[in-house]
Amino acid sequence: MSAADPSAFLQIQDVVKDFDGFIAVDNVSLDIAKGEIFALLGSSGCGKSTLLRMLAGFETPTSGRIVLDGVELGSMPPYQRPMNMMFQSYALFPHLSVWDNIAFGLKREGLPKERIAERVEAMLKLVQLGKYAKRKPHQLSGGQQQRVALARSLAKQPQLLLLDEPLGALDKKLREETQIELVNIIESVGVTCVMVTHDQEEAMTMAGRIAVMSEGRFLQVGAPGDIYETPATRFVADFIGNVNLMDGTLDVDEADHCIIGSADCRHYVGHGITGVVGMPVTVALRPEKIHLSRHKPGDDFNSVAGTIKEMAYFGSFTVYHLELPSGARLKVSMANVQRHRDDEFTWGDAVWAHWSRSSHVVLTQ
Amino acid sequence: MNALLARIGGRTVVIAVPFLFLLVFFLFPFVIVGKISVSEMETVSFKDVLTWSDGVLTLALRFSNYVFITEDPLYFKTYLASLHYALVTTLLCLFIGYPFAYFMARARPTLQPALLMLVMLPFWTSFLLRVYAWRGLLTEGGWVAELIFASGLDQVLYAVGLIASPGKLMHTPFSLVLGMTYTYLPFMILPLYGNLAKLDLRLLEAAADLGATPWVAFWKVTVPLSKAGIIAGSMLVFIPCVGEFVIPELLGGPETLMIGRVLWDEFFSNNDWPMASSVAVVMVLLIIVPLAIFNKYQAEAQESRK
Repeated sequence: MSAADPSAFLQIQDVVKDFDGFIAVDNVSLDIAKGEIFALLGSSGCGKSTLLRMLAGFETPTSGRIVLDGVELGSMPPYQRPMNMMFQSYALFPHLSVWDNIAFGLKREGLPKERIAERVEAMLKLVQLGKYAKRKPHQLSGGQQQRVALARSLAKQPQLLLLDEPLGALDKKLREETQIELVNIIESVGVTCVMVTHDQEEAMTMAGRIAVMSEGRFLQVGAPGDIYETPATRFVADFIGNVNLMDGTLDVDEADHCIIGSADCRHYVGHGITGVVGMPVTVALRPEKIHLSRHKPGDDFNSVAGTIKEMAYFGSFTVYHLELPSGARLKVSMANVQRHRDDEFTWGDAVWAHWSRSSHVVLTQ
Repeated sequence: MNALLARIGGRTVVIAVPFLFLLVFFLFPFVIVGKISVSEMETVSFKDVLTWSDGVLTLALRFSNYVFITEDPLYFKTYLASLHYALVTTLLCLFIGYPFAYFMARARPTLQPALLMLVMLPFWTSFLLRVYAWRGLLTEGGWVAELIFASGLDQVLYAVGLIASPGKLMHTPFSLVLGMTYTYLPFMILPLYGNLAKLDLRLLEAAADLGATPWVAFWKVTVPLSKAGIIAGSMLVFIPCVGEFVIPELLGGPETLMIGRVLWDEFFSNNDWPMASSVAVVMVLLIIVPLAIFNKYQAEAQESRK
């Protein structure tokens, strides 16, 4: 990918990990700035955990370099690296109290007792677990264990904090609360952070930048908004959130607009793409950017007639599955802004779906 | 019958059967042994402890045997020797067994059943035969003995006082401890392996991540977490070793007198059953104390796992 920036805090340069012929991480490069919260997002087996384990030193890259703050980490063993990891399902020491778990890393540094106590107390205060100091991990709830794990990984004031599925073991409600709390703590400490997750919501709410990974490669690196609104590839569009993908051909390509013909409708896109007329392209449309109405809209472009075949009610919004004339399905998400609508759409209704000229993403790969 | 079972509860029945067995074949005989130990010998039989004559109920408990055990230094020394040899054997089994169990637990999963099989393989042959075989190996001309002589190891053993004179291995503390360690090693390895195989390896990664070298991680994480296995294995070796009779008889010598041997002599040579019973009761008490500690620890471990 892009050439490495020598001033970046963490540089991952052309890193490859080959497990006896299975390429888990395939030549990835990445620069992370100091203080950034960066997420590696991908489904299981995409290589994100292997990359994180190479940062922590549990795996050695087959080739490539990892440089942290100007120091090449190479095959430096984990216990010498100036970074700490919060493990998936925490890996708290079951035989040690909360206090001793947090103090474990500090004791290895050979700090004087008073300094260790001071630091542990500060960490307990940071994660608000002061009164649980003497408990063993199994006497804590999942959320409390997660906070102990965070305190333990921050105790040594690491230059880099690694989070492996930090919220994976929590239930949905707690996860949402913890996401924000976790980010607040990380930002208050000011530590640079690389996290691994398969949960796109977690990645988008917590990270400043995300790398979408698949089969050992980065498909796209960018801010959550960029990845969601301007996915670079079909895979990314499909992986992040819900999307309707419509294959078509490029009919007109001007500087300020282009027109794409697909099976069910003609798309008028409010910007040009640098393509060749006649080339096959894919139009990606997010369900929430499509509107439903019972009457044919005025514009010939960007609208399609369909029949509601499925409805999924999510409380704050409802997703309608429309069957289009070609037999393709179109997902439309409508916010439920009123408690009960007089003219609610329902199964079997013939409706028109339409969307604005700026809501498409045209994908050429 | 079914109604009756339902009323008592199948659980109770299943638990009651082994308890009943132990009650009839362990606790009850032990009470008899206890009674004999405080009885007086009359030529061929024992006097009753409880007698009724002329309206007087007499309870006669004769504690002279116990007094004698505390007075005669032979018993004290033998008990001490038994505990000493049992302890040495336990420690040796631990030092040999722990690394063995550790690497067994870390071996490739496909290799582990084979390694486990190797540990249990000795059980296929009677323990008596295997101990007897050591006599052949350790007497002059036996190849283990020849190897030790050739390497000059017997000089070392002599220097540390494990054998009485160089060139003679049998009937020494060395041969006794060797035989006991050999026999009881699997009882140390199996619980340790069971424990170490369950160890969550991510905890070692967490330790490394927090700055612990592999050596520190071993002592601060692996060893404390295998405490239950260490205690279980140690008890399984220590307790039978204290009362061991066959191995001291076959491999031990005059200076390695253990309590099992004294017990045998009291019963079968001196025919002094009250004395023998007293010796047995004291031995059982000596073993029950560490066992109680073990049980307490196990209960605590169970508690903390909840």
